[in-house]
Amino acid sequence: MKMQPTIIELEHKAYALREDLITMLEHAGSGHSAGPLGLAELVTTLYFDIMKYDSKNPEWNERDFFFLSNGHCVPIQYVAMAHAGFFERNELKTLRKLGSRLQGHPERTKLPGLENTSGPLGSGLSQAAGVAYTLQYLDKNSRRFVYAITGDGELNEGNIWEAAMFAGKYKLSQLIVFIDRNNIQIDGPTDEVMPLEDLHGKWEAFGWHVQEIDGHNVESIRDAASMARAITTKPSVIIAHTIPGKGVDFMEYDYRWHGKPPSSDEAKDALHKLRTLDGKITGEHE
Amino acid sequence: MSHYPLKRNIYADDVEREPTRAGFGRGLKVAGEIDENVVALCADLTDSTQMSKFKEAFPDRFVEIGVAEQNLVTVASGMARAGKVPFTSSYAAFSPGRNWEQIRTTICLNDQPVKIIGSHAGVSVGPDGATHQMLEDIALMRVLPNMTVVAPGDSVEAEKATIAIAKNGKPSYLRLAREKTPIFSTDDSPFEIGKAYVLREGGDVSLLGTGTMTYQLLVAAKILEEQGIKAEVVHVPTIKPLDDRTILASVQKTGRVVTAEEAQFAAGFGGGIAELLSEKLPTPLLRIGVHDRFGESGSPDELLELFGLTGDKMAKDIKHFVDTTPQYHR
Repeated sequence: MKMQPTIIELEHKAYALREDLITMLEHAGSGHSAGPLGLAELVTTLYFDIMKYDSKNPEWNERDFFFLSNGHCVPIQYVAMAHAGFFERNELKTLRKLGSRLQGHPERTKLPGLENTSGPLGSGLSQAAGVAYTLQYLDKNSRRFVYAITGDGELNEGNIWEAAMFAGKYKLSQLIVFIDRNNIQIDGPTDEVMPLEDLHGKWEAFGWHVQEIDGHNVESIRDAASMARAITTKPSVIIAHTIPGKGVDFMEYDYRWHGKPPSSDEAKDALHKLRTLDGKITGEHE
Repeated sequence: MSHYPLKRNIYADDVEREPTRAGFGRGLKVAGEIDENVVALCADLTDSTQMSKFKEAFPDRFVEIGVAEQNLVTVASGMARAGKVPFTSSYAAFSPGRNWEQIRTTICLNDQPVKIIGSHAGVSVGPDGATHQMLEDIALMRVLPNMTVVAPGDSVEAEKATIAIAKNGKPSYLRLAREKTPIFSTDDSPFEIGKAYVLREGGDVSLLGTGTMTYQLLVAAKILEEQGIKAEVVHVPTIKPLDDRTILASVQKTGRVVTAEEAQFAAGFGGGIAELLSEKLPTPLLRIGVHDRFGESGSPDELLELFGLTGDKMAKDIKHFVDTTPQYHR
């Protein structure tokens, strides 16, 4: 049985994933920067603390499921999967290249370990709910959980609220959803494009157990997931407040970094900032 | 030619009639008995799409989704990931009419064996009018990689097709009709996904029918025979993948082709046959169906008449086509 990682270890892991992410995005020459950077702690904690899986046997029939509903953030998932042993880190360089298993948006049939194919927003939550329904009512297997991440801009989609109603009706308590509340989408701040508040109240009204956390605090993420697993009468949503571009100061909070990769110089700068915790320490591996 | 037994007295006024959706309802129950992983999801139309038989037999394996067609197919995609064989039903106008992108991404690209059951397809829905008369579903489903598209000819075949798609392990679309239509096949008639069947032999023209229009072509062929035209009727229940071999063999023999469908023929069944023939065996072609317009309210019979989708009207159009068109491949 694998050892429970310490909080410090998880924090370091999240920064290691960010470094690989910047390198892979620069290499790819296209892709999304801000969202994946902001998800580093969430994805790290899921893959290295919360979820049970076997990277050498991705179809293991007692694994937890993970659905990334906002498929454009898949680069951070690819990095986590490489670190978790699903494939070699070297393969990260193939992101978005012809013939790669690491498609620009995730394709289940191409890469073992992915549970779904996503990109067009709003559908991943329904797929996760379909699995959760199957576990709870058809297989009657309460040992497995279904985790999902959605974006916040993605909540503009009607399909999301159809799924929210469905999961609420059937009290899908093995379904645990993280909302990446980073307040940006392509056209600007979420509250200008299409206001989402009262987000907490909306999910409660749909019959969900709602928590709000700092999405960069791995201890909060771990605790919120434990709490969600303990709720046996409702589906759980965890609104994770995150900073888009987290860890690279010139990308943070700037919606223009939603859909582009860093240039070579920008990547160098970003890696320096990540390795030195923004100048606070001396980088060891530069 | 493989033997295809036709029901007796199919040309009589009292030919037995039943909606294809009824055959689906029976077939789904059988599929559920064969495989315990078969589950059914419906978007608030359980009785009219005939899922009720399955629901009665297997209440624990039936999921009510409500009026939410996008959620219908995406929840099904998730259930398929968890090992189930989900059948989803609604009216074709709504599913696949409304949720095409979800079907494309989460079922076809994702290659999950979800079954899309589109009931109430075609103009014969009648008084509900154009909003509910789905005519573009064949085109929408036919262009999707990984998708199998089946339009059964009658209720007996619909039952067999339902059992067959439950076993094929692939995304599949089943096109069904609301109204009662004549039953021309028998329990012993063959049905296999991807196969077309010669129902009646002739050397003057090939009549290719899909769905319930095959029966109308049989009626037309009988009328044409009395006028000295020997028509070959080929039933093509599987629109994707097409049975190229059977179709091309018939066309090679007759040198003239007619297609019939209760749908837009542009990009539909007629469109598919036009693609096949223009590449493999260019041949004069007449496509019968709806052409670049919507339906409207009316009785089913009035609408079939209006769109030229009855055996009588088809016989006239086919006669004119044969009389004015040279026969190729001679």
